[in-house]
Amino acid sequence: MRDVAVVSFQKRIGNADGLDEVELLAPTIAAALAGAGLARRDVGFTVSGSCDYLGGRPFSFVTVLDAVGAWPPIRESHVEMDGAWALYEAWVALQHGDIDVALVYAFGRPTQGDLNRVLGAQLDPYCVAPLGADALSLEALQARAMIDAGRCTENDLAAAVGRARGEPMEALLAAPYVASPLRAHDRGPIVDGAAAVVLVAGDRARACCARPAWIRGIDHRIEAPALGARDLTRSRSVERAAEGAGVRAGPVDVAEIDAPYSHQEILVRGALGLGASTALNPSGGALAAWPFMVSGLLRIGEAAKHIHAGGAGRAIAHATSGACLQQNLVCVLEAE
Amino acid sequence: MSAARPALTAPYVLEYTYRRSVGPVLGEFLAGLRDARVLGARTAGGRTLVPPAEYDPDTSDATVGLVEVGQSGEVTTWTWIDRPLPPHPLQRPFAWALVKLDGADTAILHAVDAGSAGGMKTGMRVRVRWRSERTGEIADIACFEPEARS
Amino acid sequence: MSEPVKRIKAPVRFDYTVGAGLTLSRFLAALVEGRLVARRCPGCTKVYVPPRGACPTCALPPGEEVVLVGTGTVTTFCIVNVPFEGQTMKLPYVYASVLLDGADIPLLHLVDVPAAQARMGMRVKAEWVPPSERRPTLESIRWFCPTGEPDAPFDAIKEHL
Repeated sequence: MRDVAVVSFQKRIGNADGLDEVELLAPTIAAALAGAGLARRDVGFTVSGSCDYLGGRPFSFVTVLDAVGAWPPIRESHVEMDGAWALYEAWVALQHGDIDVALVYAFGRPTQGDLNRVLGAQLDPYCVAPLGADALSLEALQARAMIDAGRCTENDLAAAVGRARGEPMEALLAAPYVASPLRAHDRGPIVDGAAAVVLVAGDRARACCARPAWIRGIDHRIEAPALGARDLTRSRSVERAAEGAGVRAGPVDVAEIDAPYSHQEILVRGALGLGASTALNPSGGALAAWPFMVSGLLRIGEAAKHIHAGGAGRAIAHATSGACLQQNLVCVLEAE
Repeated sequence: MSAARPALTAPYVLEYTYRRSVGPVLGEFLAGLRDARVLGARTAGGRTLVPPAEYDPDTSDATVGLVEVGQSGEVTTWTWIDRPLPPHPLQRPFAWALVKLDGADTAILHAVDAGSAGGMKTGMRVRVRWRSERTGEIADIACFEPEARS
Repeated sequence: MSEPVKRIKAPVRFDYTVGAGLTLSRFLAALVEGRLVARRCPGCTKVYVPPRGACPTCALPPGEEVVLVGTGTVTTFCIVNVPFEGQTMKLPYVYASVLLDGADIPLLHLVDVPAAQARMGMRVKAEWVPPSERRPTLESIRWFCPTGEPDAPFDAIKEHL
């Protein structure tokens, strides 16, 4: 296995000026490369994560290549997924040994549509999607199952939101349900965003960054799509991915969990087996701001930042995809 | 970036009138719904999956045929929706629920017409309310209703 | 057991409010004023119309505005014979890739010329709709019309095909 490190990370969250994807991304990518002391021609492989359904136009990610300056022609790939999975593909590509630098980016403007209903399109098209099920309704089913099983209380949900947003619990608990037991704030605010991460393999990473965040383990797992066939009160896929990534091989100083719903943070935290000494979501996580398709990549970048800054020796990042934590990726990052 | 000329927006509709082929397993299940029967798929290991799956999610072996399951069962989890969205199965406040029908080992997602959040409880028994005109789709189950109701 | 179901109707519909972004919005707003405003890349100096949020070869944000006169040369074109919803032109009609004078990439638009007379190298100019009908869309230009000038030589368009 080649050693691969996150050497640079840039993000752009929120879009008050109404920029398009290229306008959000081009400066983000430029800053990420500059932060690593690299030029576009140094990049051996470029891979992005996004979802065409955010703007309703198929292959829209192709136009976004303007932000990368794909000339001379580049080796490029795309996943119709959160950028965390694009990073996984980049990590795999770097294992081949023929390139040393990969550029990973993610973007999305979910505010253009009704994300809650668009997510219904990813469900079983025969027995679930025709019922018009929306994402929040399904997440509420999982939240209640967790409460029924004694895995959390409504207070715990409010506490997770309160930590992320700095809001007092009493006010949160007084808000009405939207899909009981979930309240509007139990889902992170949907925002536009873009992010870029530069991965460098081997010795070269040390030239790009004073303290590279080495990827010591990365794994992702998926569960069956039928909600009624899963145990919604635990996450087997997080447990397996954590095992595959080697989470328990050492102490965890910082954990960034991609949980846009409050109950998900509680469930993933438990499935990762985090201790009390781990700083959880110092960035605020997806409950503070949820740029769909960027959120998971952000967690990797935010976790890496602590290693870059010398504040952490070992960090983990988690990304999720699908209804009720169906698919999960776990990444372990370490300082030298 | 200049704020003097703000970004323009425009409405846009994405619409596809898809018809999907369902294959033999779902085809038999949906025919069952048309006949006011609920069928589940048997796995080699002896479990019954509702709705049916073509392959056992635990072993990835093909499932081995459909059997009829009960039309009543237990709510394993639920959520109350005070303000239904236009695509929802009911346009008055209702509950989404996962329902484990008698004889099934997995739960099916659907709506429960319980009248109020107070009428919902994990573990309660519900039964299918059939649509009067059935065509062979999941909406042939109009919703579930509490079994206690007369 | 009755006949298995073969197919289900599975319609999909989503409503969006799409945002044009700042660069394109500026271009579209200028169309309302009857102006074709391209942008120059500060890196490679190429002039793009419509302008883009970043230069496709340099990845730099667009630089200075370049107002185009609206004359140009047909590079390649096609003859449309298939009717479609919303069409305004009578079939068959010409849809062309027009290299506007002053720009480095061609613009796609309609050309008002009988199909049999359309040719590569033909000189054309924009015909705008009346000011009261102009909207922030390329339909503010109704179409391009032949100017009657002699055709441009192949060398003038060969790099843009």
